[in-house]
Amino acid sequence: MASNYIGLFDVIGPVMVGPSSSHTSGAATIAWMARQIFSGIPVKAVFTLYGSFAETYKGHGTDRALIGGMLGYKSYDLRIRDAYEQARSNGLEVEFVVDKETSVSHPNTVDIVMTGEDGHTLLIRGESVGGGRVRIRRLNDIEVDFNGEYSTMIIGHQDVTGTVAYITACLAEEAVNVATLKLFREGKGKKAVTVVETDSTVSEELKEKILRYETVTSVDLIEI
Amino acid sequence: MNWDFTNAAELLRLCSENDMPVSEVMIRREMQLGGRRRKVVIDRIDENLRIMNTAVERPIVEPVRSMGGLLGGEASKLSKLDESKAICGPVIHRAIINALAVAETNASMGVIVAAPTAGSAGVLPAVLMSMYESYDISIEALRCGLINAGAIGYIITRNGSVSGAEAGCQAEVGSASAMAASAIVEIMGGTPEQCCDAASIALSNLLGLACDPVRGLVEVPCQTRNTMGAVGAYTAAELALAEVGPHIPLDEMIQITYDVGRALPESLRETAKGGCAVAPSLCAECSREAAWQKARALM
Repeated sequence: MASNYIGLFDVIGPVMVGPSSSHTSGAATIAWMARQIFSGIPVKAVFTLYGSFAETYKGHGTDRALIGGMLGYKSYDLRIRDAYEQARSNGLEVEFVVDKETSVSHPNTVDIVMTGEDGHTLLIRGESVGGGRVRIRRLNDIEVDFNGEYSTMIIGHQDVTGTVAYITACLAEEAVNVATLKLFREGKGKKAVTVVETDSTVSEELKEKILRYETVTSVDLIEI
Repeated sequence: MNWDFTNAAELLRLCSENDMPVSEVMIRREMQLGGRRRKVVIDRIDENLRIMNTAVERPIVEPVRSMGGLLGGEASKLSKLDESKAICGPVIHRAIINALAVAETNASMGVIVAAPTAGSAGVLPAVLMSMYESYDISIEALRCGLINAGAIGYIITRNGSVSGAEAGCQAEVGSASAMAASAIVEIMGGTPEQCCDAASIALSNLLGLACDPVRGLVEVPCQTRNTMGAVGAYTAAELALAEVGPHIPLDEMIQITYDVGRALPESLRETAKGGCAVAPSLCAECSREAAWQKARALM
């Protein structure tokens, strides 16, 4: 459900594993979103922590929250507390890099590099912006900006004329209303990512249909 | 009928025009804007009350050590205090045990309801559960209290801040205390005006409170600040119910709190660079820094 107003449960909530909405809940949500965007099951995740995340991550359980999110646990899932054990039993290798030198635009920033069984990798940069809310700011080399508060479709493609028109036509056919649509690209004609936030859920069939278009390389869905 | 409101004045107008308590206007707003049925909202509120209750109860019987290592066992310890020494009386005694307990749950990675934040999550459960245990209060009244608190928290979030990093602890525990004060008034049968007055008094009493977490952790002094937020809520509610005035209107008080918050130096806004955070005995970092300075002075 899209939330564009401050509702009762934004104030009496979120329900979350403590101790910090930004350092724990937000961290879990970033990793959870990264897991949704990653195609396939990650066997390895390297988390690079910046800013305040780098300074105080242990005492806030940021590391456990990130691992938990990577295992698909939401920020209220108590299994986050035992995330290291959970990672071991789920065959997920994790590594933390603390970077206190690099300056980042937001104090609570993490880079996550995931590796799949087939060896393919994906880098995601997330920011925990307060109250458990997050923003995804980077997918591999492309700077993006979305928060997962809507149903979100992330489409990797070549920056070729007609791609966005095809995507919107597919959505219109299924009567899925677009809330926002943003295209981010490495450069003209190079790799691009289109992020579409929609008012209703995108079906698997629709996802497959978009994936069949010749310039489209990947389609991933986030449903919070 | 438009149930949305943007400040306390508009909320009070909706209450008086429709002869409704704050909680009823808030629930109608939630149903209208969120497109949810009443039952869905109520069920979720009840679920949050259950989570709050668990967060209160567990550490009393099963103390846990916090992630940062500064907390653990405080609620249990206080619950074992000899009755002859429990000078606050049974309701407040219970409230401060509850507040300690939720802060302990939070700091040890238990599940809590951020209300309005994780750092201030102890205040509302402390007040609601101590009222429930001490007085003959129905679950329905408790539920209305929590929804009422949501209305106040929403107005503060919209027009001020509930972020310690932005406006200090007064924005976190202060807001929670205002929300709880208003909730108590509605549970005790007070008017919507008295609810807003109680919230305003609670905010004014905590005006200027610094956010100064030792080692940057949500542990010390956050835990005991939660007890104060709960006690302050009881005080403010009782003052408002007796119509002890004059009061600064809630909307003005929210703006004042926000202005004071932004005027706080950065060192007192969750950066762990001032206040209790630099207490040498608790802050390993500062002790090291102090040792360095001593060493340098000797060179």
